[in-house]
Amino acid sequence: MAALALDVRGLVKTYGRQHALAGVDIAVAPGELVGLLGPNGAGKSTLVKSVCGLVRPSAGTLTVFGDRAGSRAARVAIGYLAELFRYPAWCTADELLRLHQRLAGSDGGAAERQRLLDLVGLPGEAGRKVGAMSKGMQQRLGLAQALVGGPRLLLLDEPTSALDPVGRRLVRDVLGRLRDSGVAVLLNSHLLSEVELVCDRVVIVRAGTVVAEGVPSELSRPRGVEVETDTGRRVIDGLGRDDVPALVARLVAAGEQVYAVRPLASTLEDVYLDAVGGQTG
Amino acid sequence: MTGRLDSARAVWVLAMWAVRESIRRRVFVVVGLLTAGFVALFALGSTVAFEHNPEAQQAFGGAVDAHELAGATLNGLAMFAILFLGCVLATFLTLSVVRGDAEAGLLQPLVVRPVGRAQVLLARWLAAAVVCAVYVAVVDVAVLLTLKATGDWMPEHAVLVVLLLMLAVAVLAALCLLGSVALTSIANGIATFMVLGAGMFAGLLGQVGHGLGNASLEHTARVVSWALPFEALYQDGLARTTAGQGGATKFLVNLGPFGGGHEAGNGLLLYVAGYLALVGVLSVAATRRRDL
Repeated sequence: MAALALDVRGLVKTYGRQHALAGVDIAVAPGELVGLLGPNGAGKSTLVKSVCGLVRPSAGTLTVFGDRAGSRAARVAIGYLAELFRYPAWCTADELLRLHQRLAGSDGGAAERQRLLDLVGLPGEAGRKVGAMSKGMQQRLGLAQALVGGPRLLLLDEPTSALDPVGRRLVRDVLGRLRDSGVAVLLNSHLLSEVELVCDRVVIVRAGTVVAEGVPSELSRPRGVEVETDTGRRVIDGLGRDDVPALVARLVAAGEQVYAVRPLASTLEDVYLDAVGGQTG
Repeated sequence: MTGRLDSARAVWVLAMWAVRESIRRRVFVVVGLLTAGFVALFALGSTVAFEHNPEAQQAFGGAVDAHELAGATLNGLAMFAILFLGCVLATFLTLSVVRGDAEAGLLQPLVVRPVGRAQVLLARWLAAAVVCAVYVAVVDVAVLLTLKATGDWMPEHAVLVVLLLMLAVAVLAALCLLGSVALTSIANGIATFMVLGAGMFAGLLGQVGHGLGNASLEHTARVVSWALPFEALYQDGLARTTAGQGGATKFLVNLGPFGGGHEAGNGLLLYVAGYLALVGVLSVAATRRRDL
């Protein structure tokens, strides 16, 4: 059986008396795209940093493709884009990628650098200095940097926070392509719609613990059926998609003229709000 | 073996990256221009001092060699200034290596790569130490040439003294790097200059103690100079430049703030090597424990 791309068990991280993570279990399979959701201060970034070896866990085990997180073998396997990142303003995009190629031991050369810049929508920007780039361009360059050396597990902490809608769409496309090529992705994002659109599974964290987990469509629950008849529009609670034929038959039998029927389901936002109890950081 | 080669290559790559950053940020241009100003001022002072030698000699009589006194004092002054300038450079190249760069988000993308934190620290220290050592050597050679040209004076053991100063700035760079693990950039910069000041002040106290015959002051100064061995290296260099002097000339040189010095003995270089290793180990251990 192939090792999980990421296997986190009983992860605890304390800062003094404060529990940033209080026993988190998360598994990400190879080629799986998992969204990490939660309010500010829930422990998402601490979790991602623990996987990268930037933060030392207080307890628990973390492995990346079977190797201890933070070990050299684990770091060879990962690509990481931090939430609060900065690259030296004086260097060009090409120089930055070249540095990371050398540190990652990548032999992709100029072809890899060009391919990555094209992938993140920065063709022709190899010679541009980081200091002359917009925040959005820097964030896309950060994504290219994270992809240097062909990581098998990509850890992205708010990778679209500085992007416009076109940039977000581009990143979503990139993530989809990565998943198709077998790369596992852990995506930490506040943008629920983005996570819902692209992720295979979501994990919702609150106060350092996982409070909900599953496929977005499975997490959503029926919220009744909305009907529009000659008497007006109304929502009938307690019904789901399977109840629609019987409902329509009953309405027709009652002499109503049915114009539209729409099963309602909770959105990921509803699920999220239920899970975090309206908490914000 | 491959792992060691990879580590060595990573250190080389990161060290060259740090040097390239200094070049691209025009650090060397600014430092070069300001240093040229310092050397010009020194040349002016040196010219005037040596020009007044005959008058000074007349005032001292035959007991004091005014030419030697002027040369040794000017050279001591230059060594003090060079150590200070080297410290400025070392501080600004290392003050933010760990905490400062981590808070700015510059460090994390590097240490997430299969590069150990120890390699990052070693690379940054090597880059700073080599840059500062070369800088100190260049300025000291300029000073020596100035002393030769303006007063036909040259200290004894000139090459060895340059090497001691180069090592002294390497020690300062290591201390600043250690400070960068825990302190913010500004706090670390201030702390490093204060450490330099404390070391130099202790050296002066030692000279005063020597002049007054106060063993307690001398002992205190010696303890501080071993605790902060850039001072021991500086003192050793000072002592070597005037090793051949004697009599009243030597006495007057010792009284001045930029003369005299204290020879540390043969174990100094070995001690400094061990000291640097200890500071390195402490820096790596503290950085490994630090959450980034």
